[in-house]
Amino acid sequence: MTFELAIILLPFIVAACIPIFYRRLPKKVIGWVVLVVPLSLFLLLTTYIPRIAKNQTFSNNYEWIPSFNINFTTYLDGLSLIFSLLITGVGSLVILYSIFYLSKKESLHHFYCYLLLFMGAMLGVVFSDHLLVLYAFWELTSVSSFLLIAFWHHRKASRAGARKSMTITVSGGIAMLVGFLMLYSMSGTFSIQEIISNIAGISEHALFIPALVLVLLGAFTKSAQFPFHIWLPDAMEAPTPVSAYLHSATMVKAGIYIVARFTPIFGGEMTWFWAVTGVGLLTLFWGSFNAVKQVDLKALLAFSTVSQLGLIMSLLGLGSIAVYLGYSQDSIIYTQAAFAALFHLINHSTFKGALFMMVGIVDHEIGTRDIRRLGGLMPILPFTFTVALIGSLSMAGMPPFNGFLSKEMFFAATLKITQLDVFSIDSLGVVIPVIAWVASIFTFVYCLIIVGKTFFGKIKPDILDKNPHEAPIGMLIPPFILIGLVVGIFVFPNLLGHYILQPAMASIYPTFPSTEELTPHISAWHGLNMELWMTIGVVILGGTLYYFLKRWKPIYRWIPQRFTLNSLYETIISFSENVSENLTKRYMTGNLTHYFSYIYMVFVIVVAGIFFLTDSFEWSLMSNSSVESFELILVFVVIFAAVAILFTTSRIASVLLNGVLGYSVAFFFVIFRAPDLALTQLVVESVTTALFLICFKFLPDLTPERTSKRVKFTNGVISILVGATVTIVGLAVINYEKFETISTYFEDAYNLAGGKNIVNTILGDFRAFDTMLEVVVLFIAGLGVYTIIKLKAKKGDADIEN
Amino acid sequence: MKINDVILRTVVKGVVFIILTLGVYLFFSGHNAPGGGFIGGLVLGSGIVLLYITYDLETVHKKMPFDFKKVAALGVLLATGSAIGSLYFNAPFLSQTDGYFNIPILGEKHLTTVTIFEAGVALTVIGTLVTIILSISEDE
Repeated sequence: MTFELAIILLPFIVAACIPIFYRRLPKKVIGWVVLVVPLSLFLLLTTYIPRIAKNQTFSNNYEWIPSFNINFTTYLDGLSLIFSLLITGVGSLVILYSIFYLSKKESLHHFYCYLLLFMGAMLGVVFSDHLLVLYAFWELTSVSSFLLIAFWHHRKASRAGARKSMTITVSGGIAMLVGFLMLYSMSGTFSIQEIISNIAGISEHALFIPALVLVLLGAFTKSAQFPFHIWLPDAMEAPTPVSAYLHSATMVKAGIYIVARFTPIFGGEMTWFWAVTGVGLLTLFWGSFNAVKQVDLKALLAFSTVSQLGLIMSLLGLGSIAVYLGYSQDSIIYTQAAFAALFHLINHSTFKGALFMMVGIVDHEIGTRDIRRLGGLMPILPFTFTVALIGSLSMAGMPPFNGFLSKEMFFAATLKITQLDVFSIDSLGVVIPVIAWVASIFTFVYCLIIVGKTFFGKIKPDILDKNPHEAPIGMLIPPFILIGLVVGIFVFPNLLGHYILQPAMASIYPTFPSTEELTPHISAWHGLNMELWMTIGVVILGGTLYYFLKRWKPIYRWIPQRFTLNSLYETIISFSENVSENLTKRYMTGNLTHYFSYIYMVFVIVVAGIFFLTDSFEWSLMSNSSVESFELILVFVVIFAAVAILFTTSRIASVLLNGVLGYSVAFFFVIFRAPDLALTQLVVESVTTALFLICFKFLPDLTPERTSKRVKFTNGVISILVGATVTIVGLAVINYEKFETISTYFEDAYNLAGGKNIVNTILGDFRAFDTMLEVVVLFIAGLGVYTIIKLKAKKGDADIEN
Repeated sequence: MKINDVILRTVVKGVVFIILTLGVYLFFSGHNAPGGGFIGGLVLGSGIVLLYITYDLETVHKKMPFDFKKVAALGVLLATGSAIGSLYFNAPFLSQTDGYFNIPILGEKHLTTVTIFEAGVALTVIGTLVTIILSISEDE
């Protein structure tokens, strides 16, 4: 056990404990108990900073299923550290905030359980080196996000938003899984670090580009990149602390993490450069353009998050060119884009987290987030106003806040890239800074909207009636800590650059010899250069656009509702729902006989089909042992019982005949010297008969079935075919000699498993995995029977769906 | 209608002990002779079901106040827990080990960790079996 594994497991363990112990805790305390988890993890992780800053990495391997090459490998380096600090740091603040935000009447134990589940999954994503384990955690973040969005599940919009986000992110996740499997088939390893170290061997492979595209699909859906961004605004139905945590600071950055992590693998490809940069820029523009038209503050922030994620994504794309160019004095300059990406990643979490908390306070105290109904709140919520102002200005890229520094670096990176002439940048590259600049203008406009429409102007009379007041101190501390960071990072950017960003650069560019060179000196004043002029242009044009907002806002109506991505999504979903419903209705008739015939037909077609296809019939009685007369008698008893069941008219008789069948089989086991099987069969037979006896009082009298001759004939044919197939399989098993025998294991059972009864060594040791899962299945079946019988919906219960 | 089941009650009083003893015997003998967790659990479970059939629910429940769903859950926990437990000894998932121990009075005995796993299996079987039969028979 090392610390890294404990860090991943702790949130899961606490999450598992909450449902057990929450009743013993007063409702006020539960949030504080949960707060201990991220806080202690954050403090623990900060102790890694000095060691990571010296370019140490921490790797640990736990064998999980070694026969399938699946290991639990934790890998902690600079990149993981940034993300884990964000997850635990913002997590602590959000939980503190939520203690005051959520009413004590909510089902808090669910909320914190899901939140911890998410935290553990997210830490698992950033700490896992093994692709499949990473994938599992990745999907777990989607699941916990689904649960959190649907936290207020009595609201229809919450459920729809939760489903949308789940559908989109999980489909992307599955694409990513396929990509991972392709990577495995190319490289023969699931370890990301090992793939990175023999990248040369796979980059020419035919599957390399498809794998690249599939992995990117996963990253883009998770990070809400165009055209998959549509789930993020709908996810705002979640409680605001969740939006601040999952949908701005952490989960949506998982895609960024994947892109950064895979840059050393795929970074040298033209497809990667253009896909990441292009999609990022498009998202940046589309998000900021759409944010302006929103009237709900949270929706506005959602689109701004989409846009900012696009910015970070495009920076990573720009930075990947350095991987293609390889290490040289000239190429080092292009790594600055990736540096800016990481820098902006942290900055975005600080100011966007604060802004979400600000919106939460406004919603909580005023009762609405609609900017048409807000205004003039500055005198009522002075502290909240401070948060909004600093957060928005930082997002707009204004000094003296950290957003200014990363925005300048972003402009610098887009300008620098145009000087290259690879990947046809010389012809297309000039578009990059233009889009970046235009998007920044819209960013500036919506930042002004957030502050202006909420806090300036005239206050609406209906708000004053409610006598609103400033939020409790607990809701103000977390956003103030964040805006403290916004200012602090502006003042001491190089502290962050040196200790946190520099080691992460080594993870993105492992082939570059010195990380010192990769870390530019960040300075607030870098002369009157092109970047600064661009910012000044943004302010002037953005200010003008905000002033004339009413005049040009009608352009948003140019796109008809029918052609939006959302309506496309709705069409696809309702279409697939209809198709699957029709298809399912056709074969799910509710008639057990039909279901049995499906099962049997599939069985016959697959099994007998394979025998026919491979043409594997050869009739020979040579290797069979002789058949004794008492065995023949048993066979006839079995046949008699089986046929007689068909003609019985009472249930008792058929149950008894069924018993005859079962006990005869037990006799066969005895004859063939399988005492374990015989014992089991006997007991099972007895228990089944008891079950039948109990069930009798619920069953109606046996009535003769009225079915047409054709149906009877078909059923008869199917039965005979099944019997024939089973017989063939039975005969084939005895005479099959294609594979090497595995009975040597069992014969040596005493040495290998310490038991003389080989049946039990198979159950408990050689195939213990099967047994374990069977036990679980058995338990689930028992619970299923129990719930079906005990928890029947009472007649006249109101339908909870609406 | 009251069924006269004196014979059944009298016989069951004796037989149940034999069945339960057989169940326990089968459970422990499983390692080197026919038996084991599954079959042991089945026998024990059917013994308990026999009790329930002969005497009414309340009487049996007064003497055996177990919630059999929880018994099954405990079994699953034991089985999966013993599997995960091996990870803490730096052994692969589901590793089992055995050894000979000298225990006072009993002498040298062969003890294995499979027993824990098998106990989980047995408890799950008992719990599930009884839960299913009880819930069906209690249904109105």
